[in-house]
Amino acid sequence: MSQAATTAGAAPAASVASTEQYNYAIVKKFAVAAVLWGVFGMAAGVWIASQLAWPFLNFDIAQITFGRFRPVHTTAVIFGFGGNALFATSYYVVQRTCHARLWNDSLASFTFYGWNLALILGVISYMAGITQGREYAEFNWQIDLIILVTWVVYFLVFTMTLLRRNQPHIYVANWFFMSFILATALLHIFNNIEVPVGLFNPQSYPMFSGVQDAMRQWWYGHNAVGFFLTAAFLGMMYYFVPKQAGRPIYSYKLSIIHFWALIFLYMWVGAHHLHWTALPDWVSTLAATFSILLLLPSWGGMINGIMTLSGAWDKLRTDPIMLFLITALAFYGMSTFEGPMMSLKSVNALSHYTDWTVGHVHSGALGWVAMISFGSLYHLIPRLWNVNLFSLKLVYVHFFLATVGIVLYITAMWVAGIGQGLMLRAFDQYGNLAYTFTESVVFLHQPYVVRAIGGGLFLLGMVIMAFNIFMTVRSGIKAEARARQEAIEAEARTA
Amino acid sequence: MKHESVETNAGLLIVLTLAVISVGGLVEIVPLFYIDDTVEEVDGVRPYTPLEQRGRDIYIREGCYACHSQMVRPFRDEMLRYGNYSLAAESQYDYPFQWGSKRTGPDLARVGGKYSNEWQVQHLIDPQSLVPESIMPGYPWLAETPLDMSDLEDRMIALKRVGVPYSLTEEEYERNVEKYGEEHARMFDINRAEENLIEQAQAENFDGNSATITEMDAIVAYMQVLGTMVDFSEYDDGHFAEFR
Repeated sequence: MSQAATTAGAAPAASVASTEQYNYAIVKKFAVAAVLWGVFGMAAGVWIASQLAWPFLNFDIAQITFGRFRPVHTTAVIFGFGGNALFATSYYVVQRTCHARLWNDSLASFTFYGWNLALILGVISYMAGITQGREYAEFNWQIDLIILVTWVVYFLVFTMTLLRRNQPHIYVANWFFMSFILATALLHIFNNIEVPVGLFNPQSYPMFSGVQDAMRQWWYGHNAVGFFLTAAFLGMMYYFVPKQAGRPIYSYKLSIIHFWALIFLYMWVGAHHLHWTALPDWVSTLAATFSILLLLPSWGGMINGIMTLSGAWDKLRTDPIMLFLITALAFYGMSTFEGPMMSLKSVNALSHYTDWTVGHVHSGALGWVAMISFGSLYHLIPRLWNVNLFSLKLVYVHFFLATVGIVLYITAMWVAGIGQGLMLRAFDQYGNLAYTFTESVVFLHQPYVVRAIGGGLFLLGMVIMAFNIFMTVRSGIKAEARARQEAIEAEARTA
Repeated sequence: MKHESVETNAGLLIVLTLAVISVGGLVEIVPLFYIDDTVEEVDGVRPYTPLEQRGRDIYIREGCYACHSQMVRPFRDEMLRYGNYSLAAESQYDYPFQWGSKRTGPDLARVGGKYSNEWQVQHLIDPQSLVPESIMPGYPWLAETPLDMSDLEDRMIALKRVGVPYSLTEEEYERNVEKYGEEHARMFDINRAEENLIEQAQAENFDGNSATITEMDAIVAYMQVLGTMVDFSEYDDGHFAEFR
């Protein structure tokens, strides 16, 4: 408990001294990149959502058709927005909780350029039709190598910083970041074992086929959710929630138990994406079982986060950043309940292949991942530039746009998914199929329109955030320039 | 061991974390390579011809898997709508697998032979002209783009490396003759890959344009073979249930 209390209670003194003590330059770069990727990735999302509602938007242009543009959206939001936010916060948190400067400035800087170069190349190559055809791992093999090198350097920078800490204990947030770095490396390497067609040919073929390839891919796919989009963001949560609340983490014991349980259980559940397929039943049954178990550590994390606010609930009335953080945890709790439920084979028989899955992903991605990132970035960015946030009112506006957007999005997807699932399995009185597939597509139009509107509201909130951050950073840079000018003048006077 | 010793030792934290996250994958993935029943023995499943494989590459390039699954599940409604449920063996030459995760459009695991070549071509060029309610994008460029055959052999060699029984030597060719019959074995011969591709494209003229071999020829050839390799009338009802 003591270690959690000391780090969480430390004063947020972001003075000139601390910019020398800590490497804030790299955190600034990643934070700004996260906001930019957020705007781009969410805009791409609204675009493809609109294509589903109004298919003429494909315009017969190969590069922007739904099939090629969907990975642009998923890559930009998961690895662009989420990834850059994780680099920013993990580099910030590891320095502050270890009371040590980040190891090796140039290698840290290398991770920034390596990561973002890989993403930009990825986006261009998807539009050009270069893809592995593996969801969330579409990068072709050359880009995979850039990512691998970047990731190994990230691991080195993070670990070396841990080793030079001036604190006996490694703070809980760093356990989560470490597990995320290790698991992502393991997943990325194993899921991308492939044989290139030629040294200068972007095409490759994966090492495994059919059922083994499917298992490998969804072991990767679900753990990209489990470690990239969950464990890492829990790391974010474990620093920024107590910090913003000004209170220590609710239970130190709970954080130990739920950490180990979460990282152990997550790796078993990927096969629930393959229920009722040609994957042997024993695997998918195991996966369903562990998915149910996973509810416990997931809610352990949620409870630990939300209860941190106990005794300071009034902050929700006055602090919009706290609103973001706590709402994120509420959505985390909701989607980690929905997930195990959807992993039950009987539910999955209906929900799989429908928009219910898409809605579930977005209640996690928008509700949990994006909201905890928004809260953390709003906390982080003014401290990095040592200024106040340009407008707290705009944070409120962002919060309400985002919340209404999510609600519209996931409700539309529940209607679409459950509706289509029921239509496709309906029989008429003679035992024939009651609906054609096309009839279910017609039914989907209205939910798709509502989803595009919900996504549009969420994007609007993101744009307002980008404006707010831009104004904040600008005033920070101006203040810095003024301070420097004054220092020079003062020096001139004394001399 | 007190948890404090993990919290104060980064090396220990790394080693324990790695151990804990490795278990699930090891238990669930490794046996799939060793349990024989995972991929059942079925007659008829064969590698793709060069033209079909190039069509498959284009299917992947266009991201068709974002909206179409290739996996019929063993439910009454799906078997009525699409046909027999999919077997693991049917995707054993699928590098990568394309089972998909979302059906914005219908499943395609057994689309082969369901529609004529002309229908497929017209539907790919302008889906709404045949299905007005469809929300599928058009793919008119497939009919206009000549099929790139420049790296065909390299592609087949890479596929051979990962496990597709394409043949390079006489010995490998003979093995294919024995297993798939002479007609197919000839198609799997990497030495005459381009010849084979042109031969199949000209013989069946999938896109209705005999002047050039286009990407449309390839993708329609691929779609027309999907799900047609196994003759389910040869097997008793319930024969495959034991492999599930």
